[in-house]
Amino acid sequence: MAFYVVQFLTGLASAASLFLVASGLSIIFGVTRIVNFAHGAFYMIGAYIAFTLTDRFAGAFGFWGGIVAAALTVALIGVLVEMVLLRRIYHAPELFQLLATFGLTLMVEDLVVLIWGPDDLLGRRAPGFKGAVDFFGQNIPSYDLFLIVLGPVVLGILWLLFQRTRWGVLVRAATQDRDMVSALGVNQKWLFTSVFAVGVFLAALGGALQIPRDAVHHAMDLRIIVEVFVVVVIGGLGSIVGAFVAAVLVSELNAFGILIFPKISIILVFLVMAAVLIVRPWGLFGRPEAPARKTPGLTVNPWRPLTSNERLAALAALVVAAMLPLLAGNYALTVGSEIAIFVIFAVSLHFLMSVGGLASFGHAAYFGLGAYGVAFLAKMAGLPMIVCLLVGPLLGCLGAAVFGFFAVQLSGVYFAMLTLAFAQIVWSIAFQWVSVTGGDNGILGIWPEKWAASPSHFYWLALGVAAIVTVALRIAVFSPFGYALRATRDSALRSEAIGINAKRIQWTAFVIAGTTAGIGGALFAYLKGSVFPDNLGISLSVDALVMVLLGGVETVSGAVVGAIVYKALNIWLVSQTDLSKLVLGGFIVLIVVVFPKGIVGMLEMLAQRRRNASPPGSALLAKPIESAE
Amino acid sequence: MSVAPPLLAVEGLTKSYGGIHAVRGVSFSLRAGEILALIGPNGAGKSTCFDMLNGQNKPDSGHVRLNGEDVTGNKPREIWRLGVGRTFQITATFATMTVRENVQVALISHQKQLFNLWGSAPHFDRDEAGRLLELVGMGGYADRPCGELAYGDLKRLELAVALANQPKLLLMDEPTAGMAPRERVDLMRLTANIAREKSIGVLFTEHDMDVVFEHADRIIVLNRGTLIAEGSPAEVRGNPQVQAVYLGEGLVYDARHREGTAT
Repeated sequence: MAFYVVQFLTGLASAASLFLVASGLSIIFGVTRIVNFAHGAFYMIGAYIAFTLTDRFAGAFGFWGGIVAAALTVALIGVLVEMVLLRRIYHAPELFQLLATFGLTLMVEDLVVLIWGPDDLLGRRAPGFKGAVDFFGQNIPSYDLFLIVLGPVVLGILWLLFQRTRWGVLVRAATQDRDMVSALGVNQKWLFTSVFAVGVFLAALGGALQIPRDAVHHAMDLRIIVEVFVVVVIGGLGSIVGAFVAAVLVSELNAFGILIFPKISIILVFLVMAAVLIVRPWGLFGRPEAPARKTPGLTVNPWRPLTSNERLAALAALVVAAMLPLLAGNYALTVGSEIAIFVIFAVSLHFLMSVGGLASFGHAAYFGLGAYGVAFLAKMAGLPMIVCLLVGPLLGCLGAAVFGFFAVQLSGVYFAMLTLAFAQIVWSIAFQWVSVTGGDNGILGIWPEKWAASPSHFYWLALGVAAIVTVALRIAVFSPFGYALRATRDSALRSEAIGINAKRIQWTAFVIAGTTAGIGGALFAYLKGSVFPDNLGISLSVDALVMVLLGGVETVSGAVVGAIVYKALNIWLVSQTDLSKLVLGGFIVLIVVVFPKGIVGMLEMLAQRRRNASPPGSALLAKPIESAE
Repeated sequence: MSVAPPLLAVEGLTKSYGGIHAVRGVSFSLRAGEILALIGPNGAGKSTCFDMLNGQNKPDSGHVRLNGEDVTGNKPREIWRLGVGRTFQITATFATMTVRENVQVALISHQKQLFNLWGSAPHFDRDEAGRLLELVGMGGYADRPCGELAYGDLKRLELAVALANQPKLLLMDEPTAGMAPRERVDLMRLTANIAREKSIGVLFTEHDMDVVFEHADRIIVLNRGTLIAEGSPAEVRGNPQVQAVYLGEGLVYDARHREGTAT
């Protein structure tokens, strides 16, 4: 019995940090409507700076002062980020905000390694809380007891702050209606900045307080952000009480899940999250979200199918691509195969995100499931390659069917957070369930059969499949289903009013996109000869998002162009620098801020401008309506 | 011999929010081809009532019947499938699609082709889409992006979309809100002509009394959640209770004001 009580108390102690970070995220979202992906990064910087400060200054004052000073320093960094970056993108679509803050996260990951090195750092024990308390023969670290008390205390302070101060009243008012608050003459800029500073302070404090319990390392940002997303999805975005209750719930589930399913404890959290989403899609303490506001200034040109000339041009490009083996060596062909596979991956996400308006932040899960599907079939069942390629992607299809069912119940940022959490869960299973997936060691030796073994043959295979997939999805975009999908994206109200079951349409799109991604993953397994948990990791999901964004999220062909350019750049970059995350993150931020229309979108704009500038005579001949390609 | 049930029959519709009775025991009916206006001052319960008819809101008690079939609490999309078209107070259209594509989506849904992944949507029933657009005077705008349209044109597009499933009943929530006076008259005249020609029943809520009195065959008046009057435009105009609701408080205020200045 005592053991369970201790386990319970450990869970409560873990909840403290989780609550601090989640409440910060919630406060920021409430006022600015930005889901700050970089929150995990701020948490991590808080821990690193606190490590340095507490290491440097001795004594109790040095420790506690160091923790607070670290959180304040990070809050200052947050203010800087808000003023320099976020102020430019408050009016951008939420997808861009998520991506920009994700770009920041990537940059921070490389920066901390650059400053503090790649090794885990063990922090000081907290002065005054070094020992343990004996509880019926079980030891509880006294620091855990301190954290257990701290959680409710912070909750109380936040409550007082919001109920009793003028600033708190403004924050609550802005959470309900920020346009009204601004109409009343409140300086919104500083309100937003101060709210961001408070939110970041909480995240950094959460990180700093972890150092006596856990080692500081450079992957702690992603771990916490996924947990925080799960917490706010369960508790409800914007609710601090919800964040507290859900943080306790998730921490306890983790603490006891280890006892029940030691291998895959995360399953328990997933089940609870799924249950909450079915009963209350907006979280236990959240409120149903008003439909996302239309973003002004982001007009989408109507889409049209390719003209016959453009079809010929595309065919010519394909023929040229197919001639690559005549000129290039084996390395170039392997790179070419990889690019073709990423075209498949990108167009599958494009279908979901551009056509369906559902920006999945965990699309790699289905890519990776396809790869694992092939690995299981090839290694365990010993099936021939062609069968593996056909059947393997069905694992991606299955995953998309299960997770997609829950994900499409939500939209916007909730959808993004949930898909990310699902992908992370799949990753954890691949990572932890060693007896089946091989864990970190992956599954090796998945080599193509003779007919596809040579680099040129495999390249043709990948190119052919990529061409077929791209054409098939294009047909789907301009099919009645594609129109219905775009209709659900444009107006949920109107689609429902003309008999469209939006959830079922979106679920179907999710399954199509997941299966297609699985096809890419299946080829990828054969290309690499192995599968690893990284094949369904977050960074791969983000790669897909960036490819679509780089090509142009509002265009039909953007994904193809984006995948080719991005993957080629990426492969080159990795060969050139060790700081690829830093460069990549900076690149993402740059696209979002200065280049939001992407390559194809830019080309369209230039073409349109040239047409408008041409003399009146030819303007009559030009098509009167702009269309997106 | 039984009489055919009315197109729309509303019986004892009731809805309260907390202690507030938004709608209390409202009953009325609507025949095919009839144009019925639902009026009342702000807060009378018009929108609540309307939302319970089109499935966006569930009544606490009472029934909504379409051609005798009980549709109380059905989802909006299910009600649409039974032949009910609707327009919104603030237009809801597919902003990134062209005018024609907006109508085509409704046609696709009507012909149950929503899950067709192979056909060509740009060519989907262009004739019918063109006819519907001509009907509402939008034939020349078919290729325009919907996001570029003026508000009055969006309202007409919504009407075309609402007509795509060959409805027996049109529900229009403040169809002329936010329009210029000239456009209001045009739109309601258009609606009335189409409705009479195709024998479609129309129920609309409206604040503009000129529009109401010119086009409605019959008017029902809500005040504080209950039905206080029902009849032809002339009857409703002459009803003292309706006059009190619409003008009463103004007169009282006026009288007090004069009293105040006299003393």
